[in-house]
Amino acid sequence: MAGLSFDLIALQLFAGLALGAIYVLFAIGLSLIFGMLTVVNFAHGAFYMVGAYVGLYLISIGGNFWICLVAVPLLIGLFGLGVERVLIRPLYGRGIDYPLLLTFGLSYVMVECVRIFFGKTGYPFDTPEILQGAVNIGVGYFPLYRLFVIAATAVVLLALWLFLEKTSFGLIIRAGARDPQIVRVLGVDVSRVWLIVFGIGTAIAGLAGLLAAPLQGVIPEMGGTILAEAFVVTVVGGMGSIGGAILAGLLVGVVVGMTSLFAPEMAKVSIFALMAIVLIVRPQGFFGRAGLMS
Amino acid sequence: MTNKVTKAGSISRRRLLTTASAGAALAVSPFRINLLQAEEAPIKIGFPVPLTGPYGAEAQDQVRAGQLAVAQFNDAGGLNGRKAELVVRDDKLNPGEAATRTLELVEKEKVNFVVGSLSAAVQLAINNVTKERGVIFNSISQSDAINEAADFSKYTFHEALNPHMTSGAVGRYAFTKFGKKVAFLTADYAYGHEMVRGFLEVGKEFNIENLGDIRHPLGTTDFSTLLPRLQSLKPDILCISNFGRDQQIALKQATDFGIKKSIQIIAPLLSHASRVAAGPQAFEGVVGGCSFYWGIDDKFASTKAFNDAFRKMYDGKLPTDYGALGYGGVRTVLEAVKGAGSVETDKVVTALEALKYDYYKGPQYYRKCDHQSVQSVLVIKSKSKDMKNESDVFEVLSTEEPNEKNLRTCEALGHKS
Repeated sequence: MAGLSFDLIALQLFAGLALGAIYVLFAIGLSLIFGMLTVVNFAHGAFYMVGAYVGLYLISIGGNFWICLVAVPLLIGLFGLGVERVLIRPLYGRGIDYPLLLTFGLSYVMVECVRIFFGKTGYPFDTPEILQGAVNIGVGYFPLYRLFVIAATAVVLLALWLFLEKTSFGLIIRAGARDPQIVRVLGVDVSRVWLIVFGIGTAIAGLAGLLAAPLQGVIPEMGGTILAEAFVVTVVGGMGSIGGAILAGLLVGVVVGMTSLFAPEMAKVSIFALMAIVLIVRPQGFFGRAGLMS
Repeated sequence: MTNKVTKAGSISRRRLLTTASAGAALAVSPFRINLLQAEEAPIKIGFPVPLTGPYGAEAQDQVRAGQLAVAQFNDAGGLNGRKAELVVRDDKLNPGEAATRTLELVEKEKVNFVVGSLSAAVQLAINNVTKERGVIFNSISQSDAINEAADFSKYTFHEALNPHMTSGAVGRYAFTKFGKKVAFLTADYAYGHEMVRGFLEVGKEFNIENLGDIRHPLGTTDFSTLLPRLQSLKPDILCISNFGRDQQIALKQATDFGIKKSIQIIAPLLSHASRVAAGPQAFEGVVGGCSFYWGIDDKFASTKAFNDAFRKMYDGKLPTDYGALGYGGVRTVLEAVKGAGSVETDKVVTALEALKYDYYKGPQYYRKCDHQSVQSVLVIKSKSKDMKNESDVFEVLSTEEPNEKNLRTCEALGHKS
């Protein structure tokens, strides 16, 4: 094989970061929901997949990608609100395994419904015209659309940060996560807070699905693989920590990128090797709080 | 009045219960089995294919076309009135699952033959089961190993192309036209390895330069960390040896990276279903091989007949490459049954060996030593413009006629002559 140039290594690093951005976007909703509600949302991948299908449907009836960017998270968020209100709320206080099993089952139902309505075979999802092609980023050419995904992730993270840190509602959410009892004593309806957090989490999952669709097309099973990878990200970052999810997501991307350079066939395994190492050295992950799972 | 109704109701309920229990007793008694045998059990063809997973689209076409072959056999009167039946199972693209399902098909369903599979490793797992139990298996998925003496048995037939034939045909076409510097992106399992080996073998004739082979795990959803490396090798040709969803995503992302601007992408095998699922953008300009394309119907009457029958059965849909294999795999076995006048394994093996057939793509026959179907290989290019219908996705660039010279020799495969 040809030698490694500086440009190639830099490009590879960048490709890894771009991949990491997709992991972050997916894992952030998972982490948000777990951190606030202690619900391990196994249906997150299904929300992601449904987001891609809703985008596909909206485009087929004459919408465009930019409309989808707003409509998809809104619709999936509303759907998430319904799911929380009807299915998940009755299970609060029953430990971690009830909602886990429920969401696991829910994901199967969602995938099966999509198979019934849209068929088992996938659909192409064209990259929006003005985001097609590759641009020179100094060290080589990189697809414009992937740069757009990085930017979109940054916008979502910024909006989420502003919402949680700068609004009074965000303050209640953070307080509710720490000590729901005191917040309740103060007269705040905690169940409404959780409802909205779940809605935000699923909205981000739906958006992630839409953003991923032009990268790989759309199939009913698309949520499965990324869910496994996203759990690695949340475990490495520390279950429930948003900062941890961001750092770990980018790190996982870079590890995949660098492994691909030297031993491409090990790229997929490297994710899990990283998790094993982190779990040995720091069982609660980077920013995890001990005891959250118990 | 009310009383009467109740009384009548209770009687009928009692009668109902009696009848039901008698029925249940009958259902489990050996008497019923005798009854069934008297009206002759159908000829059962076990059909394990990966309905779920990355090759699901192709597998569904295999089933559709397999059903067509069975329907035609039955409509023509079957074997002296005895009808055939396809028993489909999902092997989930997993060799272990496939072996279990095949065992179930053979032992529980008592199938007479097995046709199917869609992955090198899976078909070898099925072959192990059928070989041991002396059941004919006609494989409709690509593999080189299945022709080799170690895996072969007289019960093993191979209707599909094998990687040596496919990569040979595509290589002979591409290496003269696009250049000699070749880089590979390969799915890290038997299919990918065999394809690359085939390309390198035929490449010797053309003095190609192998710049490197990057291998990815099966089921990869993101190739963005592999593509910059491939690009930096600056090949004339990038050869993508993967299949199904892996291929769709790899081609889509290679397009996004702008690889097609300076590099010709070829693939040993382009699947019709994958091209439809991924859309014209991803596949545009890619050159590859295939065993069948509906568009050769101006050349062969058999193709036209097959297209028409398929259209009629499936509301105007046209068959795909893997569909055609499903059809060919089932039809050859059923024709051999007719020829032999029996479902007895040895007689059917002899009939299959003697078959000179043209059912959907021009003349074919099974080579004696390894039961490989000697057949044509098409070299095709993906279209993105001027498409006449939704199935009009490829343009046939050239056809390699059926010729044993393009197969590995019986000696090379380890068969004693």
